[in-house]
Amino acid sequence: MAENYVKIALADDDPDDRLFFKEAFEELKIKSKVSTFNDGDTLMSYLNNENNEIPDLLFLDLNMPRKSGLECLVEIKSNDRFNDLAIAIYSTSATEEDIEYTFVKGANIYIKKPNDFNILKKTLSQVVTTNWQFANNGLNRDNFLLRL
Amino acid sequence: MTITFKFNYNKICNTLLEEKLKAHHIEFQSLGNGEVEILGKPSEEVLDIFYKEIHSYGIDVVENPKLILVQKIKDLIKDLIFNTDISTNVKTSVYLAEALNKNYSYLASIFSEITYTSIENYIILQKIEYAKTLIIKENLTLTEIAHKLNYSSVAHLSRQFKNTTGITPSAFERIILMRKKEHNHPL
Repeated sequence: MAENYVKIALADDDPDDRLFFKEAFEELKIKSKVSTFNDGDTLMSYLNNENNEIPDLLFLDLNMPRKSGLECLVEIKSNDRFNDLAIAIYSTSATEEDIEYTFVKGANIYIKKPNDFNILKKTLSQVVTTNWQFANNGLNRDNFLLRL
Repeated sequence: MTITFKFNYNKICNTLLEEKLKAHHIEFQSLGNGEVEILGKPSEEVLDIFYKEIHSYGIDVVENPKLILVQKIKDLIKDLIFNTDISTNVKTSVYLAEALNKNYSYLASIFSEITYTSIENYIILQKIEYAKTLIIKENLTLTEIAHKLNYSSVAHLSRQFKNTTGITPSAFERIILMRKKEHNHPL
């Protein structure tokens, strides 16, 4: 089970956010391979192509053109092929109700996008290490909820 | 109709492993703690097919000595958390160091090298996961759970739950119940 790197995907329409995200991962201790998608539509056509590798951990921005993060979440959760995929909502801000709603719809993690690069690095590191514990230590993924 | 099952993970894994060994005609003797002595000389091919099959159940062979040590630490921690008979007066660091006959700082550094987390964080994570199961499956109150998991108070448990997961125990319970409801009656 000890894979040498974690496969990460991010769907976000903001180019700056995509860049910071990639840079943050380059500086983490856990080795990772990050793929980014510019909107929900591109992400879903990648995931729905069975020849493509499914990531271990997917970060979804909520507000994206063509297909929103929430639409992607619902679509992914209705497909058994993605049962092992952990989903993190990665959003600028939202109400308490919105946050709880994404959890109920099957998100595992909710992250409020930090403005500070060092906090971003720390947050992503915590997400990836916690996800690693759930993937490799036999913890019950149904109970995996994390809010940062 | 909903039926809830209770699992004895150790027994499941051992029984499964033994059944699979027998099915592949591999002679063995169980040594406990996930260790098995292979008695005959099965071919590489037989072992390879066997390893692949048990891998699909989430069982893997541990080869690296560091991984073995980490697995032993994890097993001891599970014993400490799930087995209330073990004296709770002993400090975990002392308990682990004595049980494995190794210096604790050595254990701690190997552990974080392999698992990307510290022994302390691992224990907290395991306890909070156990608390989650107790909330959902056994319907215990937080007071009962705090007592069962040796927290000094309900407040201490709640605080650690919130620090670890970012949500309160009651929000956790609410979300899981709503998920179940949605799952049974999709909109």
